[in-house]
Amino acid sequence: MIREFGLIDIMYLVAAARWTLALTAVAFAGSAVLGLALAILRILPVAPLRWFAATYIQLVQGTPLLVWLFLIFFGLPLAGISVNPWIAAAVAFSIYGSAFLGEIWRGALVSIAKTQWEAGASLGLSLGEQLRYVIIPQSIRIAIPPTVGFLVQLIKNTSLAAVIGFVELTREGQLTAAGTYKPFAVYITVACIYFAMCFPLTQWSRSLERKLDVAR
Amino acid sequence: MKYGLQFRDVFAAWESILDGVWITLLLSLVAMVGGLAIGILCAAARTYGPAWLRRIVGAYVEIIRNTPLLVQLFLIFFGLPSFGVRLDGLTAAMIALVINLGAYTTEIVRAGLEAVPKAQIEAGHSLGLSGLQVFRYIVVFPALKAMFPALASQFVLLMLATSVASQISVQDLFHAASIVQSRTFRDFEVYTVIGVLYLALAIGFRGLFALIYRLVFVR
Repeated sequence: MIREFGLIDIMYLVAAARWTLALTAVAFAGSAVLGLALAILRILPVAPLRWFAATYIQLVQGTPLLVWLFLIFFGLPLAGISVNPWIAAAVAFSIYGSAFLGEIWRGALVSIAKTQWEAGASLGLSLGEQLRYVIIPQSIRIAIPPTVGFLVQLIKNTSLAAVIGFVELTREGQLTAAGTYKPFAVYITVACIYFAMCFPLTQWSRSLERKLDVAR
Repeated sequence: MKYGLQFRDVFAAWESILDGVWITLLLSLVAMVGGLAIGILCAAARTYGPAWLRRIVGAYVEIIRNTPLLVQLFLIFFGLPSFGVRLDGLTAAMIALVINLGAYTTEIVRAGLEAVPKAQIEAGHSLGLSGLQVFRYIVVFPALKAMFPALASQFVLLMLATSVASQISVQDLFHAASIVQSRTFRDFEVYTVIGVLYLALAIGFRGLFALIYRLVFVR
């Protein structure tokens, strides 16, 4: 049965975008926790921890996100954990995102002058306290613009969750295209919705960057 | 029930996997060459061109960079036939990847061009060099050097992103995985092997780019 591609379909697509945003939010939260740990491991004065974090990042950045999605989707059941597309996508995106956020945040952490660490140490702060009270607060300002930029990447990449059957914007687009047989109109609409989500973030990231340049 | 990993059947299908590697390499190389060409043209247009051309290039870059590659692929592969343009998967993927990478390289090349200090360009002009000569002898080399690392990492990301082409039935490395999977039912093992192969390709490309950088730019 072929039906028309009408307003109701556009509404459905817009509604499906909320799952794109929900997956982005969950993936970002997971990536942030893992990424912060990785960034800190990368700057600790303990070589094996640094190597571990560096290897993890190289490994994840050297394989496609699709492979991670399928590895998790098929791999977790082998470990006795039953997965639905939600869990598989959340785990895969957290692994993938943490490697990128880890690198971004490491960059922000190492951009803080060494004298700041030394000043903290000379005040009697422990390594953890130096990080917590001196280094991280200063590096957040530097980290925000590229983090917002990464968020755009994440929104776009959640489209790949469609291939393991996660119904978000792209998957809804596939279903609508199959039902209405108007693929061009459907995918243009889908692209427009992605653009509407990503472009404001891109602009925001850029303006934050400019402000940071002026402040320095 | 305990599951024992078994790679034998996967390795037995090495011929399908190798075919996939070739297609992945082909897609990557076409996209790199085409994307770089578009990037250079668009960056030149955006830096030296008239205002209307700058605006068109700017819109191209923003539209591509703010929409997913998968949707771009679907538009070209499933959408264009509505206008009578019917492409096979491989051609559609090549076009989509070139257009996609072109937008990213435009920004990288533009940043590279802007990294050349204005004073050097003015110095060239004051020595009586023409615009083309200034570009040829003063701008190109330092700009290439400035943009090379960003370009290299973008190329590696692109090579990994070619896996998305499998979704429009291009027989690349990732598609080979699903064929072997349907034949052997060893899904986890298949995707482990494919992941390792992608990693090897990524490391190979990174090494190659590092070598080129050392040979060309470090003296």
